[in-house]
Amino acid sequence: MSTLELHAVTKSFGATHVIQHIDLNVRHGEFMVFVGPSGCGKSTLLRMIAGLEDTTSGDILIDNHVVNTVSAADRGCAMVFQSYALYPHMSVHANMAFGLENMGMRKDLIHEKVTATAKLLRLDNLLDRRPTQLSGGQRQRVAIGRAIVREPKIFLFDEPLSNLDAELRVSMRSELRELHHRLGATMIYVTHDQVEAMTLADRIVVLRQGQIEQVGSPQELYERPANTFVAGFIGSPRMNFIPISSLSGMPAHPFVPTPNTQTLGIRPEHFVLCAPHEGLTVTVTNTEYMGSQTLVQATLQDGTKIEALLQDTTPPALHQTLSLKTSATHIHSFDANGQAIGNHA
Amino acid sequence: MVLKFLTRTRHAQRFGWTDALSYAYLVIGLFTLFAPVLWLLMSSFKTEAAIGEFPPTFLPYTQRTVHIDNYPQPLPLFNVTTEQGVVKPMAQVSRIGIMATMVDPAKPQETLQVNIQQRQPVRELSFATRNYTELFDKFAFGKYLFNSVFITVVATVLTLLFNSMAAFALSKYKFTGQKTVFLLIIATLMIPPTIVLVPIFLVINSVGLLNSLWGVILPAVATPTGVFLLRQYMLTIPDELLEAARMDHASEWRIYWRIVLPLSAPALAVLAIFSVMWRWNDFLLPLIVLSKSEFFTLQLALNSFQGELNTQWHYLLAMTVITLLPITLVFAFLQRYITTGIASAGVK
Amino acid sequence: MRFLAFFFNLFEPLFRLSQKWLGQSRLAWLFVAPNLLVFGVFTFLPIVINVLYATSAGVALMPSERPYSGLENFEILFECRDYFDFQSCRKDVFWRAIGNTLKFSTIQVTLMVFFSLLTALVLNRKIIGRGFWRGVFFYPVLLSPVVVALIWKWLLQSQGVFNAVLISANQAPIDWLTDRHWAFFWTLFVSIWAHMGFYTLILLAGLQAIPKDVYEAALMDKASPWRTLTHITLPLLMPNLIVVLVLAMIRAVQVFDEVFVLTGGGPGSATTFIVQFIYQTGFAEQIHLYGLAAAASLALAVGLIMLTLLQLKLTRAKDAGQKVR
Repeated sequence: MSTLELHAVTKSFGATHVIQHIDLNVRHGEFMVFVGPSGCGKSTLLRMIAGLEDTTSGDILIDNHVVNTVSAADRGCAMVFQSYALYPHMSVHANMAFGLENMGMRKDLIHEKVTATAKLLRLDNLLDRRPTQLSGGQRQRVAIGRAIVREPKIFLFDEPLSNLDAELRVSMRSELRELHHRLGATMIYVTHDQVEAMTLADRIVVLRQGQIEQVGSPQELYERPANTFVAGFIGSPRMNFIPISSLSGMPAHPFVPTPNTQTLGIRPEHFVLCAPHEGLTVTVTNTEYMGSQTLVQATLQDGTKIEALLQDTTPPALHQTLSLKTSATHIHSFDANGQAIGNHA
Repeated sequence: MVLKFLTRTRHAQRFGWTDALSYAYLVIGLFTLFAPVLWLLMSSFKTEAAIGEFPPTFLPYTQRTVHIDNYPQPLPLFNVTTEQGVVKPMAQVSRIGIMATMVDPAKPQETLQVNIQQRQPVRELSFATRNYTELFDKFAFGKYLFNSVFITVVATVLTLLFNSMAAFALSKYKFTGQKTVFLLIIATLMIPPTIVLVPIFLVINSVGLLNSLWGVILPAVATPTGVFLLRQYMLTIPDELLEAARMDHASEWRIYWRIVLPLSAPALAVLAIFSVMWRWNDFLLPLIVLSKSEFFTLQLALNSFQGELNTQWHYLLAMTVITLLPITLVFAFLQRYITTGIASAGVK
Repeated sequence: MRFLAFFFNLFEPLFRLSQKWLGQSRLAWLFVAPNLLVFGVFTFLPIVINVLYATSAGVALMPSERPYSGLENFEILFECRDYFDFQSCRKDVFWRAIGNTLKFSTIQVTLMVFFSLLTALVLNRKIIGRGFWRGVFFYPVLLSPVVVALIWKWLLQSQGVFNAVLISANQAPIDWLTDRHWAFFWTLFVSIWAHMGFYTLILLAGLQAIPKDVYEAALMDKASPWRTLTHITLPLLMPNLIVVLVLAMIRAVQVFDEVFVLTGGGPGSATTFIVQFIYQTGFAEQIHLYGLAAAASLALAVGLIMLTLLQLKLTRAKDAGQKVR
């Protein structure tokens, strides 16, 4: 049972408030992702959970015990650092064994665990190598192995894939997912990449400037974003935000705004072509043909930019006029403060 | 248990005993390293008499003197404990054995015999700056100072010039024999002056530079460390700058003088500081080359003074303080350059 | 500034002309020339001449006036009935000097590196005013050896502070610089006092090059402070430590200036080290025995060259190890 709770946690460095007020519950065995733009405090929050930074106020509870004053070594967490932080002078085996040695485990037991973990991560033929002799992906697996071998209550990942090239990142993502299924442990993962968040998480915490914007499963965040920030952050290409004023002089249905709506949000992938009177009239400014999909960039009559991701169509010509429509379930309404109004579907 | 409770905070890290130990170590270090220098400084302001005193005091004191009518010279002042137990200030006229003839300043006509046990000198803080000023009169101190300054300044200028020229050639050119030259320069690291004392003496003698300041300047000018340091730095100057200049018909000398040299200013500054340090503190080579006292540097003068049987410590100490003053000033203002220079040189 | 411009203008035509003759790449030689000239005259030539001196006898300074004597000087230096008993050696002062130098170097280097390491470890922690403390430890490095020796001579003289403290504690005063063992102790202490800061700086730079997250990883791995020190910090610092050791050794073997002023090599030859032997033999004795001094110099040179080669090899190994990181 490894649960994590954050109660009213704040963090300030002098006068700068990095973490404003965080309340969070992470369930046992959950893969929780902290995501947000740089400077939003996600790494700081992770380090506070690890014990590498202390809390200015608020409580952190692991398995219902307050751990604020417990040192990082005793919290039962293991961390995979962004730079891997492998011990450069030790072999892969020694890197993974170090934590167990510190706990006073017997040598043969250590060796057993290390080789088992190495096998799990396909490192078994690299055990005698030094970190400098490994590739980026291999080093990362050693860092993960070092964490696994300690059988921690909670795994903490600090942007572990950001130093890898794109192809490796994709394959490592699926490996991490597999790992989570196999180990069933509680994992907290920090990234700035929303694709990683969406593909890996059981639940996502979207952070901005030290505050939680929304917590939910990837599906919840995608289908029912709580505000314009989350709506714009999750999903690529980015959701279109259309001010109500831009719609004046357009056919009302299906774009009937609910009261208080100031902005409509429609994802590019939810637009389809339609007859001229059935939807929005736009003028094409640019197209990007990607084979099965075409990204069409266009403008409304008043110049508002719209993007539409169309499937299996020939790319329209520049300056062509198009009509785009979408179903009511795919229209998000936001009020003047950027908060979502009502629920669709 | 109580301590742990008292020092418990929201935070996981506390001010532990290791922190206390660390600061204690630093303070002990501060004392060990600075107290001797402070002692030197304070002692240098003591009069000759105060210096001979034992046990010594930290601060320089001299005994107060007072003018009394009927007595031509100022008389030393003491605090005398009379039989009644009262402490009175009295001036001493003379002393024979354990009895002193003393005079109460209020009643100058009467004299008293006082046992020396019953009197304590009245002292005041007094800095004998005479020790410093007399250096210039009694000894050829001005000459020594000039010699040191001359050697340091000229040697540093030449060092900067020669080393930067060589570093320039080694970093920005490809010429045959370049590797050999570089290796030769490295090789000189293995040849400190200590092992070529006799032949260096011969060479300097043969070119007639014995007992000449130039005999100390010239051998010191081509430092391998200097060439290394500057070369490393010049390697980071982009070659495109030089090529652009060449396309502008600049001569190589102009490129060196107007482009590379100014851009190397930080490294030059570090080398200049090192060179000042080395030349100011030079001892062995000057010891061999300069045997006539009018050519002595401060270091040689200090050495020859302290060898005498009756060392005049008050002058010697003052001279020592003056000798360490310039380098202290350099340190105080340019510490950052020095420490970063050494750190990076050491890492290589 | 005008003076500099004048200087510049003076040389420019010379170089322009040379550039025309020699071409650009050979012009480089002109730049290296002054430095090479000084090296040649004052470093390389002397080495060659040193051999001439070492293999000749007599008291003349000019090599041309010295009769060839082969290895005689070396024989004089190295002739001993029993190598462990200095008294039995022909030139016992030489052997005493070598013995003293070896004893001094090993003890001094060990202690100095130990204290430098300790200080560097302390300075590497989160302390207030680190720059100030660093400066404190580094300051004595800047003082000239003569000044350093005089500072301590003043403290240690029979009427000095140290004895005053002893007397006030009802102890007998000690002849700090005239007692064999104390004199040797003080040469060690004073030279460590004066030079420790330099090595502290180098080791501190090495410590700060260790990435912080390695320490955090060790913390997460439940490493105690002791285990972090012995298993993480020291192994990662080892390349720097070794370089410092060899560097310190090279310098320690050449100790002269501060000892010469502090004790003059005495009492007797208790604190006479090899460089002082060379100086004495060649310059300070009544008769200047240049040949013997040169021979002793060459013996010292052999030792130094071996140490320097070791240092270069180790520096290269360290760089290679770091480059791949």
